Amino acid sequence: MKLYIEKLMIIFNREFTGYFRTPLASIFLLVFLALSAGMTFFMGQFFQRGQADLNSFFVWHPWLFLILMPAIGMRLWAEERKSGTIELLMTLPVTNSQLVLGKFLASWFFTLLAIIMTIPIWITVNYLGEPDNGVIFISYLGSWLMAGCFLSLTSCLSMLTKNQVIAFIVSTISCFILVMSGFGLVLASVRSWAPLWLTEVIQSFSFLSHFKRIQYGVLDLTTFIFFISMIMICISINIFLVQLKKAD
Amino acid sequence: MNLLEAKNLYKSFGNINAVSDISISLDVGEVIGFLGPNGAGKSTTMKMLTGFLEADSGSIEIKKIDLSKDPINAKSIIGYLPEGAPSYSDMTVKSFLYFVGKMRGLKDELLEKRLEIMLKDINLSEVQNQIIETLSKGYKRRVGIAQALIHDPDILILDEPTDGLDPNQKFEMRKLIKSISKNKGIIISTHILEEVEAVCSRTIIISSGKVLLNKETKDILKNKKENLDSIFRKITK
Repeated sequence: MKLYIEKLMIIFNREFTGYFRTPLASIFLLVFLALSAGMTFFMGQFFQRGQADLNSFFVWHPWLFLILMPAIGMRLWAEERKSGTIELLMTLPVTNSQLVLGKFLASWFFTLLAIIMTIPIWITVNYLGEPDNGVIFISYLGSWLMAGCFLSLTSCLSMLTKNQVIAFIVSTISCFILVMSGFGLVLASVRSWAPLWLTEVIQSFSFLSHFKRIQYGVLDLTTFIFFISMIMICISINIFLVQLKKAD
Repeated sequence: MNLLEAKNLYKSFGNINAVSDISISLDVGEVIGFLGPNGAGKSTTMKMLTGFLEADSGSIEIKKIDLSKDPINAKSIIGYLPEGAPSYSDMTVKSFLYFVGKMRGLKDELLEKRLEIMLKDINLSEVQNQIIETLSKGYKRRVGIAQALIHDPDILILDEPTDGLDPNQKFEMRKLIKSISKNKGIIISTHILEEVEAVCSRTIIISSGKVLLNKETKDILKNKKENLDSIFRKITK
């Protein structure tokens, strides 16, 4: 087990520091911070609402992650396959699960760094009023879990192509479908022809429905299990795809 | 001492039989030259020997360890230079070698020592802090060799190690292979017949996935009527 984690950490470190070896990390962090602040203050009307909470901040996260998570995750496997380093990597004494987990965790913790960098907004709302910090903490946690779902799905899809742009587009579309399946308009159009159980199934897969509950401070077991199991399913498929597609 | 024993390997991709019934045995001190025209199945065989691809049937034993049953331990005995010498182009030479060494399970102290030896022996000292992307083809190939040798493996598998190098670099590479071959088993795939004559103790010629010739190189060279070049052309026609 110790050796398993050691190798996983070596992969993690290479991938995590890899974000900072190119301008990717700084561009991503800058775009994420600028967009989340812009959306919170201008579109979310943070001040005009006059409420001591961060709803106007978290409400945009599913939409932001929709674009930004595929941007982080698109390179995870597509680049390895294009440059041929996958052959080098997979002839090292390491298992597929160590590789997949190491890469995924690196991108997930990079996202955590981006999320942590928005903490000044939390400080601001505490300075202006008396928010429920428990709700805000749960929202942060939920936001990170949701980012993990987007990333694990992107990592999985990035294994299917050698082209990062294709990986990005397909991942964004897939994430969009997962977000939109809980959108009122979509559900209403499905409800008009589909049986109730199908509508409920579609809704239960929606990131939006689950994230809305978290936003109000409700991180119940169902939502927690939903996000964790989505991540685990994607990682398992990713491990399988690595074995299947490595030599294509 | 036997290092590698591959028996009756078969591999097909859809309807194409890439490798049909190839068997290879490698001993300490032996350098096998793996020759064949393009698409003969050289790279596919090497990918199977290193555990990157699974054979459809047949067995591979690395120092008596079954590669399919215990890939982690079997892979740790092999050093591999894939075709085109891929490496992480955004890393520096030193950090890349350090990464591979760590993945190979070398402890810090030993890794530092091995890094020093690699940088010196493979003439990488002057570019050790340079980003790999900025290096010339010759240097990139040397980085590939260094990563394959970092853990001082018993078996070295090199897929076209001199491809794209200039004559001086080719000479240096062959000198290096010869110098490390005494206590290792090495398999080299190449198109260049003179390379086989220069460094390989055994020659295996394959075409359409089948072994057509498997002989000691010195026995081939003894034949005054036919040289390796004419034999190659005759049997791979």
